[in-house]
Amino acid sequence: MSLELVLHNQGPDLDLHATLPAGRITALLGPSGCGKTSILRAIAGLLHPKHARIRMHGEVWSDSDMRRFVPTRLRPIGFVPQQYGLFPHLTALGNVMMSLRHLSATQRSVSAQAFLDQVHIGELADRYPRALSGGQRQRLALARAIAREPQLLLLDEPFSAVDRTTKRLLYVEIKRLHEQLGLTTVLVTHDLDEAAQLASHLCLIDQGRLLQAGPTREVLARPCCESAARLLDIPNIFEGRLDNTGAEGSQVLAWGPHRLKVDQRFNVAGPFRWGIQPGNVLMVRDDKPWGDHLENPVACRIVEHVELGAELLVWLTPDALPNETLQMRLPARALQRHPLQPGQHMTVCLRRNDLLLFRDEAPGTGGRAA
Amino acid sequence: MDWQSFSLSLQLALVTLALLLPLSIPAAYWLATTQRGIKPWVEGLIALPLVLPPTVIGFYLLIVLGRQSWLGQAYEQLFGQPLVFSFSGLVLASIIFNIPFAVQPIQRAFEAIPLEVREAGQCCGLGFWQRFLRIDLPLSWPGMLSAAVITFAHTLGEFGVVLMVGGNIPGETKTVAISIYDRTQAFDLAGANAMSLLLLAISLTTIVVSYGLVGRMMNARRPV
Repeated sequence: MSLELVLHNQGPDLDLHATLPAGRITALLGPSGCGKTSILRAIAGLLHPKHARIRMHGEVWSDSDMRRFVPTRLRPIGFVPQQYGLFPHLTALGNVMMSLRHLSATQRSVSAQAFLDQVHIGELADRYPRALSGGQRQRLALARAIAREPQLLLLDEPFSAVDRTTKRLLYVEIKRLHEQLGLTTVLVTHDLDEAAQLASHLCLIDQGRLLQAGPTREVLARPCCESAARLLDIPNIFEGRLDNTGAEGSQVLAWGPHRLKVDQRFNVAGPFRWGIQPGNVLMVRDDKPWGDHLENPVACRIVEHVELGAELLVWLTPDALPNETLQMRLPARALQRHPLQPGQHMTVCLRRNDLLLFRDEAPGTGGRAA
Repeated sequence: MDWQSFSLSLQLALVTLALLLPLSIPAAYWLATTQRGIKPWVEGLIALPLVLPPTVIGFYLLIVLGRQSWLGQAYEQLFGQPLVFSFSGLVLASIIFNIPFAVQPIQRAFEAIPLEVREAGQCCGLGFWQRFLRIDLPLSWPGMLSAAVITFAHTLGEFGVVLMVGGNIPGETKTVAISIYDRTQAFDLAGANAMSLLLLAISLTTIVVSYGLVGRMMNARRPV
């Protein structure tokens, strides 16, 4: 039970092969113009890719090989577009009733009111969309989308037009609705935090290709390639060299004079791109007797530090690699316990578990991800 | 006051409107939604009466509808009278030179409906006709009203094409604009002035009322 997607198209460019789990919120995350919305429109049947195979719970919605195409109006979907697409000439109740054309007029009105109540705008039933706030419009669009009792809910950057407070309230609303209805939901967003907070499954999209897909925590913790890492806003990406010269034939990553132990094993040796999350660059306290237990220590000098809210960003230059810059992220309160000064020397630890070794190419081209 | 000419002009405007508006709606919808390469050509053809002198349109209509043309001959065989210099010919000419005035406002109104709103209709499970009747038509009403008013006012005052195709037959093709011209030629300035004032008042009232209405309707239908 899942949503299977195979999409190939030119203008907008799509080259994607993915399976999205049923009953979960999946976020399609990528920069603006990367093809996320096109994927959503293709699922809805609003875009006709050159080659498409879309199956929902085994039922074919699009299959260009079989020349089968289920029109949008017959697909059991609820769609919330970016600007909501509300009907300006109809009241809130009228907007929701439009999704309930299969019911009698009386049933339609009662049912539409119930859906408005469900998203907590029941008292605004007689208002026109222009008389609603951004958050209320979003709730109305959501009510209209779920009124069809869809199998699949598609949300296209639905929080882009609302303020931060409203956004948080709407996150709660979406989560609550998802728990109530258990709908398979696809959320398009370019906001990493939004995806992390709402989705249990994450697909990273770049230039219409799937870079990586999987449980959100897993993808956030271990991006599979450099493009995915950049998409996840990981600034620490470096060039190293994989050697098979570790103990008992294990591999080590040579980074300048540093020989970093690694967990992953690859069949290749030679130049290799690698990275590490700033939060995983660990400051080593000099007063602790580390002995040989310290994993991958790197001596550095502090270049700069900036406090951003509850976070402290520190830029470091390894003593042995003066042209490289390593970013470290600490809780801001750490500054009170360990005052840091630019120019100060310190040692950081790059645990082998946290090192991200990147394959050359993302698995996007025809790549399968579940 | 030449009430006969005035009545004829009103009839011509109403008949033109009744025939042209239903044809303009599907044409405007097609133009607003099509991506085909032929679209600019069709738009250019439709806009021609805006740039061509009325006498040029009138001249070609005379050629196409005249007794020597297959259309003119076919009409004469069917109805026993020529198409040119008749009320029917005038209606046909009036429809042709009013096409841009009717099509363009409706096309703009359809184009103003955001794609998201149209697609939301599909996502709500509505078929083509349901979407057209429940979304496109209500949202493009102001454009249709605007098209109707402009077409009506334009037909009421048209002179060049009417004179070329219809001539000056009282009760048949002599419209109020031609009557004003006649009166002026005969130095009956008081008569010409009375008719001109009436035409001016009607045109101004219709346009002001419709602009007010259209403005209010547009505000109510503005996408959010």
